[in-house]
Amino acid sequence: MTHGLAGDPPDPAGRAPGASVVASGATIALTGISKRFGATQALDDISLELRPGEVHGLVGENGAGKSTLVKILAGVYRPDSGSILVDGAPREISDPGTARSLGISVVHQEPRLFPDLSVAENVYLADPPSGRLGSVSWREMRRLSAALFDELDVRIDVTAPARGLSMADQQLVEIAKALSIDARVLVLDEPTASLSAHEVDRLFSIVERTRDRGVVVLFVSHRLDEIFRICDVATVFRDGRSIVTERISELTTADLVRHMVGRSVSLFPKADAHIGETLLEARGLARAGEFRDISFEVHAGEIVGLAGLVGAGRTEIARVLFGITQRTAGEVLLKGEPVRFASPSEALRAGVAYVPEDRHQDGLVLDFSIADNVTLPILPRLFPRLFVRRSTERALAQRYVDQLRVRTTGVDQLASALSGGNQQKVVLAKWLATEPLVLLLDEPTRGVDIGAKVEVHRIISDLASSGLGIVLISSDLPEALAMSDRIIVLHEGRITAEIPRDRATEEAVMFAATGQNPEDGVAEVPPDGR
Amino acid sequence: MSAQGLPGAAPTIDQDGPATSRIGVGRRLAGLMRWEVLLLGILVALILVGTSLSKVFLSGANFANLTSAIGEVAIMALPMTLIIITGEIDLSVESMAGLAGAVLGWLWAAGVPLQIGIPMVLCVGIMGGLLNGLLVSRAALPSLVVTLGTLALFRGLANVVLGPRAISDFPSWFTGFGFGNVPGTSIPWTLAVFAVLAIVFVAVTHRTWLGRWVFATGKNKDASRYSGIRVDRVKLVLFAISGLIAALAGVLLAARFSSARADNGTGLTLTVVTIVVLGGVDINGGKGTIIGVILAAAVLAVLQSALRLSGISSEYQGVAVGLLLIVSVIAPQIARQTRTLLVRAAMGRHSPAGPNAPGEVVGR
Ligand SMILES: Nc1ncnc2c1ncn2[C@@H]1O[C@H](COP(=O)(O)OP(=O)(O)OP(=O)(O)O)[C@@H](O)[C@H]1O
Ligand SMILES: [Mg+2]
Repeated sequence: MTHGLAGDPPDPAGRAPGASVVASGATIALTGISKRFGATQALDDISLELRPGEVHGLVGENGAGKSTLVKILAGVYRPDSGSILVDGAPREISDPGTARSLGISVVHQEPRLFPDLSVAENVYLADPPSGRLGSVSWREMRRLSAALFDELDVRIDVTAPARGLSMADQQLVEIAKALSIDARVLVLDEPTASLSAHEVDRLFSIVERTRDRGVVVLFVSHRLDEIFRICDVATVFRDGRSIVTERISELTTADLVRHMVGRSVSLFPKADAHIGETLLEARGLARAGEFRDISFEVHAGEIVGLAGLVGAGRTEIARVLFGITQRTAGEVLLKGEPVRFASPSEALRAGVAYVPEDRHQDGLVLDFSIADNVTLPILPRLFPRLFVRRSTERALAQRYVDQLRVRTTGVDQLASALSGGNQQKVVLAKWLATEPLVLLLDEPTRGVDIGAKVEVHRIISDLASSGLGIVLISSDLPEALAMSDRIIVLHEGRITAEIPRDRATEEAVMFAATGQNPEDGVAEVPPDGR
Repeated sequence: MSAQGLPGAAPTIDQDGPATSRIGVGRRLAGLMRWEVLLLGILVALILVGTSLSKVFLSGANFANLTSAIGEVAIMALPMTLIIITGEIDLSVESMAGLAGAVLGWLWAAGVPLQIGIPMVLCVGIMGGLLNGLLVSRAALPSLVVTLGTLALFRGLANVVLGPRAISDFPSWFTGFGFGNVPGTSIPWTLAVFAVLAIVFVAVTHRTWLGRWVFATGKNKDASRYSGIRVDRVKLVLFAISGLIAALAGVLLAARFSSARADNGTGLTLTVVTIVVLGGVDINGGKGTIIGVILAAAVLAVLQSALRLSGISSEYQGVAVGLLLIVSVIAPQIARQTRTLLVRAAMGRHSPAGPNAPGEVVGR
């Protein structure tokens, strides 16, 4: 309990009180860190100690200041006040280069790769392995990065350009990049947000090994089960302040949630909806190189979960249904009528909406305000006489901002100034505002905090009850299980199981997702619709 | 590629954040650094200089002179602004203007009345623009290359249509468009046409969602497409409009010169682009205002007139336009940096660490 409370200010030498602790010493001690963006106090007098051999969890609602702290450690931002001690010596982390030279290795919340460089080049960009004469050794680079991905058990072509990688793969490349440095401090800002259980397992075993080598690990996540699995200590942020730091063994999920949101939250209020007519039907759908033989139906009032490992083809299916890419075989029926959408605009007009997984690339115009983003897909419908009325737009956006509890200075704030989770809420608002018939959700709660997640689930459930057909793609298995009326499991582009709600368990889904034969009690493929 | 993807780089962040009272003074100074305000200041200064150079400067005759000389170029700058905001460019406008004049002359010489000839020529403009637009949006070719090609193609066609001839026996009501004023006023026809178009462009660009689509396309093509904006269609339409307006400019040129020749309009594209960039439109797309471009056109017109009145030869005037183009690319950059510095100084913050400029991220 007394273990290095973040609130305890270290003495001037940077040592925390407590004799036994002094021996090992905090590798990184932050004292009184504050950071302000215009009207937003992102961090307010934060003190935190990160010790070797510990995984330190950092949790808090969207916009609580977690990423801001991470960016201060990474040398991206400089604090307005406060000091940072590294091994007891005060340091200015004035730029990312300094952070790296101090042995601080960071995975940021949003992957940022060079699309035209190969995966291996992205991994070793900062610090390429040198061959003879100090030139870059490309072969060594490829070998080393391939070994890194092997360790993560990720199949990825390290010579292929980064362009076109899925969200999860981009995240894995960033993780490999952070692991490629022999770091003393490993900072992970929501590294698992788009990973499925299998990749998370691998990541965690690496993190554990890294920790046991005496590396300091800071781990940010909204998935509280992960915090309990991997962390030794956890700190809770609320509104830019550090609320509590506690050994994980002293905490319960309920404690964490209470500290985060200041109230208790009950999970997943999925209502039983009346299941009506068939809205969307895929028959033998295929796209060369991505998936094949995909047949399923989505009925009014129904939430159909698509589960599977990273790379199973879930996003690819959604992209074909939304008209971004074209199928190479099979057919799609909307309310019994065969359809083929040449573009998203046709899909939208027919009543199919898609919440994309990559909010920076596909979800938002970062340089637009919240209001402009929310109304972007519905402008012609909202203003049939061409002229835009700001007040209408702002009122509409405000409604969603309130409902989803977006932490913002107002609907005129640029989307780029929002925290990751709040950006995700704006993406959701934008597609909810299209009022579709069929809603395809791709990782709708990626990076969304637990309170807002419940709200999102309530909205999804309400939408289903009001007669929408919903396809839910989620790497968060508990979420998929709790929300879906039926789960379709994919493995390498094919359906391996279709499991009704009452028989859906984590084991059953994981079994099918890894391509093993479904256990008894699980419907065999191919399903006959219903 | 921008520095965005460098290791350790943070996600796109606006370093400045929203305004607060704490940073009031710096903000207000920074607000004054708005490019349009600067342009207005330059314009006023140039007019003062011009007036001190010569008494003729502010006379009605010089005004007519000055506006008609820039008229066609300014008209073509309007659609060019939107095209550049989407991240494309149309270099072929001067040749389209030449082709339009040539076809009009040929039709007139063949006995087709202008009332029929002009609409036909405008259709030629739309078709040429559609050709550009289809190559850019459907064939996914870079507009720089496509319109460099059609720059040569349209000029070549103009030569084929008219050869070395000059058609100059147009009726006086037509040439009056080039020289004369709107009846009962001292407003030159070209200026009147420009004014009407400018109002339409300001309204469409900044007040309707069509304009919003243009900006969205320039800022994030993928997110726009996912939002149901037919990015290809937006570009296609803009190129078609650009062709139409270039043809209109060609007709006005023929009227002002009282002659249609295959080489009408040669060299104007450079001036058009200069105006757009001087107007503060980001050559990389996504940012800009029509007002800025209108001001830039005025600045250029006044500058040229002042140079002419002070007896500087046309060669040196060309040099001046070239310099202006370079300065106008650099200056907004400097203005932006000064602005950031001012804001930062007012907030008592140090320079940011690490590259934070928005830029390209991995796409599919
Ligand atoms: N560049 C910026 N300009 C203005 N405000 C900013 C900027 N960066 C962050 N903020 C604000 O600071 C607060 C903290 O943001 P931060 O990204 O640290 O949150 P977070 O805890 O990481 O949230 P999430 O869980 O959503 O990722 C938010 O309210 C955000 O809007
Ligand atoms: Mg964050």
